[in-house]
Amino acid sequence: MVAAVFYLTAALALLSALVAVSHRNPVVNVLSLVVTLFCIAVNYALLGAEFLAAAQILVYAGAILVLFLFVVMLLNAPAEQAVPSPRKFQRVAGLVLAALAAVGSVVVVLGLSGSVPKGVPQGSAQALGRLLAGPYLFAFEFISVVLLAAMVGALVLVKRKH
Amino acid sequence: MTVPTAYFVILAALLFSVGAAGVLLRRSGISILLGIELMLNAANLALVAFGRQHGQLDAQVFVFFVMAVAAAEVAVGLALLVAIFRKNQSIDVDRLNVMRW
Repeated sequence: MVAAVFYLTAALALLSALVAVSHRNPVVNVLSLVVTLFCIAVNYALLGAEFLAAAQILVYAGAILVLFLFVVMLLNAPAEQAVPSPRKFQRVAGLVLAALAAVGSVVVVLGLSGSVPKGVPQGSAQALGRLLAGPYLFAFEFISVVLLAAMVGALVLVKRKH
Repeated sequence: MTVPTAYFVILAALLFSVGAAGVLLRRSGISILLGIELMLNAANLALVAFGRQHGQLDAQVFVFFVMAVAAAEVAVGLALLVAIFRKNQSIDVDRLNVMRW
């Protein structure tokens, strides 16, 4: 059962990721990335990270990709023209590099000894909260400073000069 | 029965490569940011899988932080795109040559 869910979501995630990076229409890209991120959330749940699965859907599908959609619609970005790029070599090199990364990392992972994990940690909100409010308290508070800085930076960047 | 950790890591590696291909091949700024998001998520998936392998929750805390930083990165990246679009009427990164000598 668990294996079936894993294979299904893995296939769906890869398929929609391919659509997300290859389709010419930016709205289709963003929406199929939502499917990918949802499948990754299901995989988090399979790995026992319940809180992260919920946070993934809330933060990515709920906030980040809506932001993407806003910008796509705001810019009224046209679909990428089908004209062939003048940089043929760049395209070939990019494809070869990505394929090398895929093959190389899969080979490395297959070379690892496949031992079965011992106890699966349950990533409930309570357990994560204890860690965040305990050993990681400083990092947790500092993240809010990072978010504030990003917010101010974004506002400064899009502010019209007058 | 549980799915072996290696399967999750292989899925993460493939997703990362797809994202990297998107960053390398696409010319629209939005698609490049989407590729970066995909790569970050693949790295997160690998982190959670390795965390389960070692029976520790710290990896999940780390993924939590990565998500927050990714949100910040997207906000700034999209603001940059909007600013660039206002200046150039285009987000085609091939046409961005202000910083070229």
